[in-house]
Amino acid sequence: MRQIRYTQALNEALHEEMERDPSVMQLGEDIGPYGGVWEIHRGLLSKFGPMRVRQTPISECGFIGLAVGAAMSGLRPVVEIMYIDFITTAMDQVINQAAKLPLMSGGAVKVPLVIRGEQGSGTREAAQHSQNLESWFVHTPGLKVVMPSTPYDAKGLLKSAIRDDEPVMFLEHRLLYGEKGEVPEGEYVVPIGEGIVRREGKDLTVVSTSYFLLKVLEAAQTLEAEGIDVEVIDPRTLMPLDINLIVNSVQKTGKLLVVQEATVVASMGAEIVRQVVETAFDALQATPRVIGNAHVPMPYSPVLEDTCMPSRGDLLETIRQMAVGTRSKRIVS
Amino acid sequence: MKERLRLLELMVTIREFEELTRRLYKEHVIQGALHLYIGEEATAVGACAALRPDDYILSTHRGHGHCIAKGGDLKKMLAELAGRRTGYCRGRGGSMHLFAPDIGLMGGNGIVGGGIPLALGVAYAVRYNETDQVVVCFFSDGASNQGTWHESMNMAALWNLPLIFLCENNQYAATTPVADTLCVPDVARRAAGYGMPGEVVDGMDVEAVREATARAVSRARLGEGPSLIECVTFRYEAHCMVLADHRKRPKGETERWQGHDPIDLLEKRLLNDKQATSEEIASLRQSVLDKLQEAEFFARESEFPDPEEFRAEHERGNWQCVR
Repeated sequence: MRQIRYTQALNEALHEEMERDPSVMQLGEDIGPYGGVWEIHRGLLSKFGPMRVRQTPISECGFIGLAVGAAMSGLRPVVEIMYIDFITTAMDQVINQAAKLPLMSGGAVKVPLVIRGEQGSGTREAAQHSQNLESWFVHTPGLKVVMPSTPYDAKGLLKSAIRDDEPVMFLEHRLLYGEKGEVPEGEYVVPIGEGIVRREGKDLTVVSTSYFLLKVLEAAQTLEAEGIDVEVIDPRTLMPLDINLIVNSVQKTGKLLVVQEATVVASMGAEIVRQVVETAFDALQATPRVIGNAHVPMPYSPVLEDTCMPSRGDLLETIRQMAVGTRSKRIVS
Repeated sequence: MKERLRLLELMVTIREFEELTRRLYKEHVIQGALHLYIGEEATAVGACAALRPDDYILSTHRGHGHCIAKGGDLKKMLAELAGRRTGYCRGRGGSMHLFAPDIGLMGGNGIVGGGIPLALGVAYAVRYNETDQVVVCFFSDGASNQGTWHESMNMAALWNLPLIFLCENNQYAATTPVADTLCVPDVARRAAGYGMPGEVVDGMDVEAVREATARAVSRARLGEGPSLIECVTFRYEAHCMVLADHRKRPKGETERWQGHDPIDLLEKRLLNDKQATSEEIASLRQSVLDKLQEAEFFARESEFPDPEEFRAEHERGNWQCVR
């Protein structure tokens, strides 16, 4: 099968959905002649024109609001936020408007809206360009949250998000943009809300998504040589979460580790542990754990940024400890 | 009915509707946030009188008047305010969130300035669909200090959208007088910064508001872009039911505005122009009261929404953690 980059997969999804449905339109900064700073909008303006590919001023709150209003009126806008950090200027429109209008209106209006953009740490861009904000959106009723980790899922989930009648936060990672993966030529979608077992194993369940998933898969490969058999689950969607897939795995392995790039306090990892503890406590043979970024604004200096993120070594060591640990021998970090 | 009498009827309906909600609030039939529109009737009625039924409006937290002026059903409105399943939003929205797309009302909003970019989006969709509808975005002097307003003014002008920014300058942002919040004497002159026409009109004069809106509507329909209209009006009552800011205003201020009351003003004109008699006006008022009584009966008799049905509708509600 052909291999394409993550950004190409997104670009194909946008082209195909705009061809399929005339109500699909794009909004965002620099998405016109330049084709988006991440080049995900390449070729769209010349094919579909400025009404459907609307390059905006730097007014995130205004143009996300525009997208919500257009969605209420029957369009299907897809908004690019250049860095997810910039969405803070538009949180009223995301949290108070997009997420709430369908319910508050008693169903009189729908908001079929996709807000997509990249996030992530590890690129030495300092605290205002290095956040992972998925837990904020998961915490807000009325939003779906998708975090594809492969080009295949990026394309299939973006198509599903565009066809969804509810607002969807579609969170990418800029370090995934250059990753290549198998993407078939023809039409397909990946349903929102379905996780996937990326690697089968019997000793420990590791849940991870987005860019960290690649590091987890590499670690699992390394540990195989040591006789540690890791099962890796990629939820792909965080809201709604495919909790059954995770619980079933934990019932098999008895151990749960969530690996994320977001800060851990009150995060998605913490939420996954809560759900597993509440539904499958008896299956747990070791204390479940979450590892992720430290609870500090991300510093710039490479040595400081690195100390705020779990390293490859941290990941390997945590998995090793958990693979041998039991609930009676609690692991204290 | 003669058009001017219709304007009077709508303004009287709004005022009496608000008096009724005040009473129902005291009885706890209406709870939570309630913002009365008394004093500002001419802006909603005048602006909506210049619109077609298929044109859109976006409303605010003080939105009952906008809904009535656009042709809203009093029964569904009052039932929504009372939290009943027969309300416009099936009891999910309440006073600040009346949605009625069938009459072009694309929603109230509990966030001051929150609805302005939504209006921009509705206007964008109108252009996208290549129809000749227009959108009126109601907002206040207070909202003109929000970033959303400035961003939306810029984009509406940049893309020449069929959007009318209709400012209801009611002299107060919650309890703070407009002179303490605005860096220029009036909101309308801010239009110049966005390359669009800005006009100040007497917001107590329903016919002046209608004419100014009609001019802006005509520009918008011809593809000549957005306009800003500032209606200078006054909120007679407190910001909301739990505040008493109206009692702390400068002495005589409210009375002065009441001397220029929008309903009295039109009544006098109709009598002077011999377009209505006192008897006709009295009977119009009585028929409004009768309709409101029917609406009140409807709201009181309507069922509340079914919590079980609500839970079933919201599968992702995480109900197992509630109880």
